[in-house]
Formats: sequence, structure tokens, C-alpha cells
Amino acid sequence: MSDVQVYTPFRRGLPRLGPYARELWARRQFALELARTEIRTENTGTGLGQLWLVLNPLLLAFVYYVLTSILSGSAGGAARLAHIMAGLFLYYFFSSAVIGGAMSILSSSRLILNTAFPKMLLPISVVLVSFMRFLPSLGIYAVVHVLAGQPVTWQMLWGVVPLALVLVFATGLAMLLATVNLYFRDTKSFLPYTMRVWLYLSPVLWLPEQVRGSLAFLRWVNPLFPLLGSWSEAVVEGRAPQAWMLGAGAAWAVLALLVGAWALLSREREFAVRL
Amino acid sequence: MSSLSASEAFLETPPVDVPAPLSVRVEDLHVTYRASLERRPTVARRLRRLGRGERVVREVHALRGVSFDVLQGQVVGVVGANGAGKSTLMRALAGILPPTQGRIEVHGRVSTLLALGVGFNAKLTGRQNVTLGGLAAGLDREEIARRYTEIADFAELGEDFMDMPMLTYSSGMYARLAFSVAVHMEPDILIVDEALSTGDARFKEKSFARMQELCAQARTIFLVSHGLSTITQLCTEAMWIDKGALVERGDPAKVVSAYRRFLKVGATAVTQEDV
Repeated sequence: MSDVQVYTPFRRGLPRLGPYARELWARRQFALELARTEIRTENTGTGLGQLWLVLNPLLLAFVYYVLTSILSGSAGGAARLAHIMAGLFLYYFFSSAVIGGAMSILSSSRLILNTAFPKMLLPISVVLVSFMRFLPSLGIYAVVHVLAGQPVTWQMLWGVVPLALVLVFATGLAMLLATVNLYFRDTKSFLPYTMRVWLYLSPVLWLPEQVRGSLAFLRWVNPLFPLLGSWSEAVVEGRAPQAWMLGAGAAWAVLALLVGAWALLSREREFAVRL
Repeated sequence: MSSLSASEAFLETPPVDVPAPLSVRVEDLHVTYRASLERRPTVARRLRRLGRGERVVREVHALRGVSFDVLQGQVVGVVGANGAGKSTLMRALAGILPPTQGRIEVHGRVSTLLALGVGFNAKLTGRQNVTLGGLAAGLDREEIARRYTEIADFAELGEDFMDMPMLTYSSGMYARLAFSVAVHMEPDILIVDEALSTGDARFKEKSFARMQELCAQARTIFLVSHGLSTITQLCTEAMWIDKGALVERGDPAKVVSAYRRFLKVGATAVTQEDV
């Protein structure tokens, strides 16, 4: 026989990472297919169907544009709309990945009780779903960017870096919360509020330069500050992001991935009895 | 396949009864669920309990020291009352539930057909679910495409139904497709947990034939069933599990009649078949 599996009692601690990574890699198509089918089925009942993937972020951006215009007492112009859109689209990718990721283990209980596979695939697949939903909104942003007369430069390509970092950060957080949610089921109820406050604390509805005085600490304690800040600098303003933002963003992303992966891997074998 | 060449080598000395290679070895297996009495473990309740100094953890000792070896090519029937620990044992063999104590050694790839059905998403079509199920089991797309026709033919749902959402399937059709997927994964070990009861008589015959075919190829099958005649007809040996312990193991007819005496029921039509 080719392979021998030995199952011994569950201990808190990491599994052997080599074989785990191989199992994960062997099933990468599964995560992708799970994400694809999720996208395919989610809007099947609605009249506008997949168009909602584009309409949702667009309408949301207008809602926040109106809100900030009223609060600041001025229309703010197309540049602000572009900034809000770029930030909001990326933020909603992040928040749907994290909220969905937090539920990913619990909502797949049938699959988990019937098939042995690396559970890390579930939050990863949810992050992929959110990412696939996010991609079409980049197209809308491009149109608004040009209409708003924002500069089109090669420097905009820097945007790939914060985008990749947000992807990593969201994956880490999704894995962490998916695990935490099994032990404290309140997590998922708190999450939408947390995410909303997090939006207001991040440079989406306001510009990174606007934090001054007592709020300056946000730059260092809010991981999304450097991530979304550098995204906006690159994509909206068309210039190379500040180095400290990329550095801090990368540090947060790696930290989240390590903590999230450790949390999930060290508890994963116990999941089946916790569902 | 090393087992094939081994058996060929032994062909020259037929009189000696050579044991087949080991397929599954279970040593002193205990599985304990730590069930919180509350259905939803939440922080608030935990705090309240802490305040009162209560501990609301009850342990369910589902398996208590089960040990056995099973050789390749065996069809092992598993009988026992509801709640005896049969499904827990099957899940432990499949690597889904970790042992609390003891050791499980499994030689080869396991395919499961457990009581809950497959991780099928009812919104997806039969075809999409077959792909998803195959990918979850660790096959690649090419292998699945190659087996798809076989799977669909065996299930006999007709092409129309394969491309309809599984919401439209009857429970029997669901079971047929699930069984067909499980047996076409070319498992070294197939675990079937009360999954045949919804199929009609003709499909049941067909699945019996398929299982016999599999064990002729030196695959091992575990079959959990309340249809006692199924056990005696199909299995080469049987196990009776009660209250988490292995009560009796051996010739299916003997084990089944001992189990029947225990249940104080005769061989009526009701006990013979899955109703």
C-alpha cells in the first residue's frame, strides 16, 4: 500500500508542517472550485444576477459619498469620490473576507464531519470568494478614476503591493476568527460592529493626512491605516506610497498570517468534536 | 502495487495460508466528546458560570478501548444499537475524529459514505457536486473528468438530473449519487455508514455487486447497517459494538445472531432489512 496514516490522540500544538503543506497544495483546486461555485450560486435568485457584484459596491460608494459631503458641508468633488471608492472597495473585500472567514468552519460542519481534509482550505476559499467579488469593482473604479481626472501613471502599479498585503492580512484574520468562533460563538455577532468601527478608523472616508494630534496613534495601532493609506496613495493619487506604510503594512500582514495559521493549525484536529 | 506482486510471489506455495496484508489496525481506541451542556458556548454564559463556580462540561465516552486488526479484502459489518459508537468509530477510522487515547493505523486511501451524506451543496447541480466531492477527496480535475461518466452511469439519474440542482433530487437519488461517488474514488478502504437504506431494491443489488467487486480487488470495506441480512449476506466478518466497546467479532452469522439475542428480537422481516 502506498501511504500509511497513523492517528494518535489530539494534542495542542502544530501538526507536521511538511505533510500538511503538501495536503493543502494537493487540494488547491478544491478551494478554488468551492469559491467559484459559491459565486455562481449566490445571486441566482435575483433579477439582476451577477450584475450585483458591480452594483453593490457602486451604490455603497455613493451612500458614503453623500454622507461625507453632508458631514463636511461641501461636495468635495470627484477626487473625494475616487478616494472613497478605491478605499471602500478594498475595505469591503477585506471585511467580507474576514466576516465570511469567521463563519467558514462552523458553516461547513457537514463537510468536516464527512471528509478528512486540511481545514485551512475553508477560510482560504472564503477569502478567494471575496477577492473574486472584488475584482470587477476595480473596473468601475478605473472608469471613475478617469472621469474624475485623476492622474494615470506607472506609479499606480504600486497598488499591487498593498492589495497583496491586504489579501494576506485578511487570510490570517479569517483563519484566526474561524477558530475563535468555534470556542466563542459570540464572535460572529460582534464582528459586523467591529468591522464598521474599523471602517471609520481607517483612511477610507477621510484622507491619511487628516489624522493629527490625539488621533495620530491610529497610524500605528490600526493595521488598515498603512494598508489602505498606501493603496490610496498609489491608486488614487498615482504616486509611490510612503515606505513606512508599506513596511508597517507588510509587518501587520505577516503577523496576522502567522498568528491565524498557528491558531487554526494547533486546534484543527479538535474541530470535529467542537462543531 | 506492491500487494499484487506479493500475492503473485505466494502463488507458488498455495497450501500455506498466507495472511493478507494489514489494512487497518486499531489499538485501545477511546474517543471522548467533551460536550458542553450548553448548545452554544458563549462568553457571557461562561462568565456567568465562572461567577457561580460551576463547570458545565459533560464527557461522552463514545468509544472505550476498542482494538482490532483488519486485513485487506475483508468486508467488515458493524452492528450495534443506536448510540453504540458505530459512527464515531467510522469517523475515527476516516481521520475525521481524533482519538482521545489509543492509536489508529490506516493503510491506504479512505473513501467515506457517512450517515450525514456527502458535503454536497444542494444549490449546485449533480455534476458540480461530483467535481467538488472529488476535489475534496484529493483527486485532480483530470481524474474526476475521467471518472465522471462512470459515476453518472452508475448512479443512473439520467443526464437531465445530473445538470439540475440537487434541491430537485429525491433522497434516494441523493443516496445513489453519493454512493456512486464514494465507490468510484478507487479507495483502498471504503466506509459505508447506513447509506444504503434509501436506495431502491435494484440499486441496492447493484451496490452490493460493486462492493463485492471492490473487495475482490483487495480493498477493505466497513459497512455499518441495521439491515442484519445485509450484514450476513455481504460481509466476511462482523463486529458488534455496544456502549463503546467491542462485544463480539467474527463470523457474521454468529455475531448477528448474538446481537439478535441481545436485542431479544427474532429474524423477522423488520430486522432483516432496512425499513
